[in-house]
Amino acid sequence: MGGFGLGAAGHLALAFAFVLAAVQALAGGLGLWRRNAALVALASQAAVASFVVIACAFALLTVAFVQHDFSVLYVANHSNLGLPLAYRIAAVWGGHEGSLLLWALMLAGWNLAVAATLRSRALDVSAGVLATMGAVGFGFLWFMLGTSNPFERHFPAPADGRDLNPLLQDPGLIFHPPMLYMGYVGFSVAFAFAVTALLQGRLDAAWVRWVRPWTNAAWVFLTLGIALGSWWAYNELGWGGWWFWDPVENASFMPWLVGTALIHSLAVTEKRGQLAHWSLLLAIAAFSLSLLGTFLVRSGVLVSVHAFASDPARGVFILAFFAATVGISLTLFAARAHRIQLAAEPLRLASKEGLLLLNNLLLTVAAASVLLGTLYPLLVDSLGLPKPSVGPPWFNATFVPLTVPLLVLCALGFFVPWRRWQAAPLKRHLPGLLVAAALLAGLLSFISRGGHGPLALFALACGALTLLAALWSLVRRIRLRQGLPRGWLGMTIAHAGLGVFALGVGLVSTADIERDIALAPGESVTLAGFEWRLLELDVVDGPNYRADRGTLQVRREGELLATLYPEKRLYHSQPNNPMTESAVDVGILRDLYVSLGEPLGAQRWSLRVYYKPFIRWVWGGSVLMALGGLLALTDRRYYSRRRVPLAAAAAPARAG
Amino acid sequence: MRALLILLLAGWLGLAGAQEVDPDRMRKLSEELRCLVCQNQSIADSQAPLAEDLRAELERLMREGYSDAEIREWMVARYGDFVLYRPPFNPRTYALWLGPLLLLLLGGALIVRLLRQPPATPPAPVDEARLRALLDEPEGAEPTPDPDSKEPRR
Amino acid sequence: MRKLLWGLPLLAALALILLLGRGLELDPREVDSPLVGKPAPDFASVRLDSGAATTLEALRGEVTLLNVWASWCVACMQEHPLLNDLSRSGQVRIVGLNYKDAQADATRWLARHGDPYAWSVVDRDGRIGIDYGVYGVPETFVLDRAGVIRAKRIGPITPDYLSQQLLPLVAELQAEPTRP
Repeated sequence: MGGFGLGAAGHLALAFAFVLAAVQALAGGLGLWRRNAALVALASQAAVASFVVIACAFALLTVAFVQHDFSVLYVANHSNLGLPLAYRIAAVWGGHEGSLLLWALMLAGWNLAVAATLRSRALDVSAGVLATMGAVGFGFLWFMLGTSNPFERHFPAPADGRDLNPLLQDPGLIFHPPMLYMGYVGFSVAFAFAVTALLQGRLDAAWVRWVRPWTNAAWVFLTLGIALGSWWAYNELGWGGWWFWDPVENASFMPWLVGTALIHSLAVTEKRGQLAHWSLLLAIAAFSLSLLGTFLVRSGVLVSVHAFASDPARGVFILAFFAATVGISLTLFAARAHRIQLAAEPLRLASKEGLLLLNNLLLTVAAASVLLGTLYPLLVDSLGLPKPSVGPPWFNATFVPLTVPLLVLCALGFFVPWRRWQAAPLKRHLPGLLVAAALLAGLLSFISRGGHGPLALFALACGALTLLAALWSLVRRIRLRQGLPRGWLGMTIAHAGLGVFALGVGLVSTADIERDIALAPGESVTLAGFEWRLLELDVVDGPNYRADRGTLQVRREGELLATLYPEKRLYHSQPNNPMTESAVDVGILRDLYVSLGEPLGAQRWSLRVYYKPFIRWVWGGSVLMALGGLLALTDRRYYSRRRVPLAAAAAPARAG
Repeated sequence: MRALLILLLAGWLGLAGAQEVDPDRMRKLSEELRCLVCQNQSIADSQAPLAEDLRAELERLMREGYSDAEIREWMVARYGDFVLYRPPFNPRTYALWLGPLLLLLLGGALIVRLLRQPPATPPAPVDEARLRALLDEPEGAEPTPDPDSKEPRR
Repeated sequence: MRKLLWGLPLLAALALILLLGRGLELDPREVDSPLVGKPAPDFASVRLDSGAATTLEALRGEVTLLNVWASWCVACMQEHPLLNDLSRSGQVRIVGLNYKDAQADATRWLARHGDPYAWSVVDRDGRIGIDYGVYGVPETFVLDRAGVIRAKRIGPITPDYLSQQLLPLVAELQAEPTRP
């Protein structure tokens, strides 16, 4: 297959997928209206076919990259002959158009999975979900074909391409975007279920049972995606930060916060039949915010450190897509939501569901605050006033007071039963846990050499309390032989992860040390009790770059801990844009991080050295959260064909 | 707390006419100032030439005994509020600084309303037959259209 | 009242969409200078051509465009022909601020691309640029007769900007009576 054929075939495949999405949406919609099983079956088949077609398109673009087919414009702009194979494959999603194709592929994947599991479900639910998913796919493919076709060709084909942005030539790129998009797109399933419930004007316990695992799955991917992005930025940007409150990060964080709220709200809806409307609204919001994220990243409306070719024409299109999605679903909500009535007792604040309600309040306000901070400069600017900057100091000042109480709620949640608060378990377990948490916080603060003040120690203790409450519940449950259903175990592991995460964040953001220093070979500096010695400087050649490399040894009390090789790379394709490749000695209790700055002449280099206590806990905790979510979604009750007691009929639940 | 100590220390050093620039103070200050060239990095993190120049200027100002507030004013006079990553509290940013608190109060009020409100209808018996049908449907069975779904129940 | 509550999310979303739509028309990188309306910061430096000492005083008394340029600045090439034309037309005086440049490079650049400047002020280490809040070359300040900054343009001057905003402003300033 020649270059022309390859690009044309890919384009054709996308056009075909566009038609299939339209068929799915229409057949599903008509099927719902006419209650016609044949139409719904057609929609389901269209879902399968569109996955196959988009997978083909994706494979074609991958082949184009592998074969260096520079007649495809996107390949020419994001690859070159010197790019290693692994990055050529990852480059498929290294730019705007290709990452949209990945988005489309994932959407098709979720669509396929839903279609496959819906077969045995009620006709109207299948029809509504398929119609909604089809419509989302239709709008998305329209956007792609209209403004961002990855298969656009140009002639004559150049002899070599322009190369992938060197910042993206990192293992982080291979996994971060796919995970993130799986999360974003995954929320489309909960969204489709919510729209279906509104179309039908009915929401029942079975609905909740279906939505929960899908929501969990999307959330797991999003959690991992964000954690990977943070890890990548830490390694690749060379300034030792792991979270910057950059608009692009906020764009992924808002759906995460709302998705987290949704998981908890669904738990209340399932167990107690309450908060049904709220769950619907959150399901709509989680997906809408995913779309908003796509808009913010690609429209050039906000300034970000993250590289993405932005284009206002695309902006108009995504905004229209966003407006249609949000407009239709929220109009439905305004018109139909009040018809949905779930049999439920009034909600009591002093109960597990009450705590979860507060949790939802905090998470939603946190998400709204992130939105406010992200868009505030735009708001002021649009009023014609000089715009302020909203940076990490504002976000931290706003976010910390909202999230520390969450930790306390979470710890209490382990000892407060559904329906009604009981004093006994709290009286029995809480005092011991509080003492243990205070001790743990003090111990970790001591290890991190932070010299923390009382407020910081309090926040750390809250994190420790969450972790210990989760662990203690686990131990008790095992000792009492109460059994470990996967839903409960997953929940507990995720919350232990939250505790680990909170401790990591608290410690690294208060006790890290950073210094700009200048060293010549043979010189050394002492920082945080570590002696950093620059041994030598040399020049090394990589596959497509040349780098200045420093060799540093880090010692404590004479004992050699690590030898680090930070680099300053010049990629052949971008000789004016040096890339900082930092070197990190990884440890559970601390990272030692060094990056090369600038040559100062006479063999001297400016260097930046960092001591980062407990930073691994940030990502470790995130992975635990994701693991917990994964475990929970495999719980038997979501797949059981046995009749199980449901919300309204549920017996009084026991405390965990 | 630490910030306060550093401030006190810095003030004392300033009075003593010390020449050394405290790296922690420098770091803290430059982290909250935005680099205008690269726009989403602080002056502390950026490697842009302007950021390097500005770091040198900051050090000079510190040596000359300027306080942190004075240095921030110096920056704002040249580049506007845009350089401050911590937006000042003024009429243009009231909504920003107070917004989260207002949202929290609003949400709290909604919750109070929800808790006080008796449910609109008394708990209706669950349609167990329908649930069973939905959850336990045998594989491949033709789903039965729901009689009450056209007219949603209240 | 209850109805309104159900529609609240929709209203909020609509407001958000309007805001984002407006955002597409704005440039997030453009920062309003706080110096507009204030006297131009003083400086003491030398002229690029003669090496003679020069200060802000020399700019007073005539409406002036202070154009920040450098030989290493790629975007400066875009506006340079416009500046040359403008200078030839004699409508307004243009003074250059040669920002962080080497003298030889700067002189060669002007010889090659034409010199629209009445003179250029040398800012070798960028200190004058910092006082003027320069963050991206080219930038252009419009100074009135009293030496007050009346407008600032960030980035190259485009034909549209020149004809629709810059020249009308210059004409307006030139028509202003001289203040004491």
